[in-house]
Amino acid sequence: MSVATPPTAPDRWNAGVIPYKEMGYWQPDYEPADTDMIAAFRITPQPGVDPEEAGAAVAGESSTATWTVVWTDRLTDHARYQAKCFRVDPVAGNPEQWIASIAYDLDLFEEGSIANLTSSIIGNVFGFKALKALRLEDLRIPVAYVKTFDGPPHGIVAEREMLNKYGRPLIGCTVKPKLGLSARNYGRVVYEGLRGGLDFTKDDENINSQPFMRWRERFLYCMEAVERAQERTGEIKGHYMNVTAATMEDMYERADFAKELGSNIVMIDLTVGYTAMTSMSKWARRNGVLLHLHRAGHGTFTRQKSHGVSFRVVAKWCRLLGVDHLHAGTVVGKLEGDPNMVAGYYDVLRDDMIPANATNGIYFDQHWASMPGVMPVASGGIHAGQTHQLIHYLGEDSILQFGGGTIGHPMGIAAGAEANRVAVEACIKARNEGRDLFAEGEQILRKAGAGCPALLAALDTWGSVTFDYESTDTPDTVSTSS
Amino acid sequence: MTDHPTITQGTFAFLPDLDDDEIEAQLRYAIDKGWAISIELTDDPDPRNTYWELWGLPMFDLNDPAAALTEVRACCEAFPEQYIKVNAFDASKGRETIALSFLVQRPSTEPGFRLERQHGPGRTNRYGLHSYATERPHGERYQ
Repeated sequence: MSVATPPTAPDRWNAGVIPYKEMGYWQPDYEPADTDMIAAFRITPQPGVDPEEAGAAVAGESSTATWTVVWTDRLTDHARYQAKCFRVDPVAGNPEQWIASIAYDLDLFEEGSIANLTSSIIGNVFGFKALKALRLEDLRIPVAYVKTFDGPPHGIVAEREMLNKYGRPLIGCTVKPKLGLSARNYGRVVYEGLRGGLDFTKDDENINSQPFMRWRERFLYCMEAVERAQERTGEIKGHYMNVTAATMEDMYERADFAKELGSNIVMIDLTVGYTAMTSMSKWARRNGVLLHLHRAGHGTFTRQKSHGVSFRVVAKWCRLLGVDHLHAGTVVGKLEGDPNMVAGYYDVLRDDMIPANATNGIYFDQHWASMPGVMPVASGGIHAGQTHQLIHYLGEDSILQFGGGTIGHPMGIAAGAEANRVAVEACIKARNEGRDLFAEGEQILRKAGAGCPALLAALDTWGSVTFDYESTDTPDTVSTSS
Repeated sequence: MTDHPTITQGTFAFLPDLDDDEIEAQLRYAIDKGWAISIELTDDPDPRNTYWELWGLPMFDLNDPAAALTEVRACCEAFPEQYIKVNAFDASKGRETIALSFLVQRPSTEPGFRLERQHGPGRTNRYGLHSYATERPHGERYQ
């Protein structure tokens, strides 16, 4: 590892304010070590601010610097602890923006703590006045740091073995309406969906424990529904019991109750925070219960291309701290998601080594050192008529969640579930037979529908529904819209 | 009420039973991927009955799906009243588990399950799944 003497101003240690560049935070000759954390920041400096100085400022403010020179730096091996901005590259088609590459020594981060990692890298710097906007695009997490995390409590392989379901996407459904149903009525939706053919049903992110339905009632009725559906079908079924609550103590109480009832899965929302998510991950590992994570709230900081944190980085943090499921986009549904960007998120969650790939927004090679993969979940405005596209874009190690596309079926919830299941199986069978799903998908689905009235009704009801809006977050190489 | 088979296990549980050509196409897909083919049978389809009886050892290094299909047919003839499935194993790093698993035969009648509830405190239930097939004596089940 090379911690070269940084280029510093002759008066580097004089009291007062000097540019970050001259304090060692800009080192264009620095070669990152294999153990360094490397960040790619999209920076939009204020007018007149030199991009190299802006990059150095980000490096400084996300590591050792404060606004003025402090002599106490000289009591430390400061050249090691200061982050180094080693590249600033212009963004094609956007003269206001640059990509700053910044390297951080491994010693800056506490082992196994996403809270600590994020407090450093996105802690203070996003409000920095010298920048109009700042976005963390990607993070190369060194294997040495990856190995300090437990990762998913089970992962894709163990989940499939637990469920005894292979070779096709899993199929789920979020109970609707998401607010207002009594516990007994809510369980009815769960039962109908599961016996009809779904693998999972799901609490929505904001179903916690409201006056119309307290958590304990919901868990009792949902478990009855799961068990009855298992009896009917001879298949393993599950309902994501949302244990999101105000305190860790409440979450543990709810999760323990779900486990005691026999639930094979619980869920949490991203809103509980990285530390609570990590605690629940350890709980899930201890108890042999799958952990589903709903990314509630992420759009507030992931969507805008100029400012915030890319979802691919959030996905890496979630794989490290350890969840079994994570919502990662649908491409074709109602929520934001450029196809290439979503492909990048899915790779980040599932693959063991993800090569840098500008088209998918992947800035760095990322090695996971055999950490199990997270099952990506596609949810939000998808229906059976899109099944061939979903499998084409998202592959078979995924969970397709048709909420309205199950419950809103004209022949009922079980028929909606059956339509989705038949559509998925028909598409997988055809793909395995060598058919081109993307080109022939509609014919494949229509043919399957000829033998399945439920699927035919779904195709007739929603077949032409699309959500064709321009994406906000797109790769620089394909589009420069922002 | 929707009409589907009693037991909906396997990748293609909701599709019409696969004929020989369709089974062979799936076998070809698996063999082309380098996966090993295993044929397994049971009378007890409890979803947590993991270890069905093996019809010989898994077949590695196959070139021709017809050879695997011959074994499928032989197994079905030998055990016409059992559930029989094909499992394909992917040995590649990061997976090393079953990649495809589908039923190729069901018994002529599927006895299914009874859900048992042991009522507990606080309105909880301890659930059990009773597989009717297991009621038959050992000597009849494993001949």
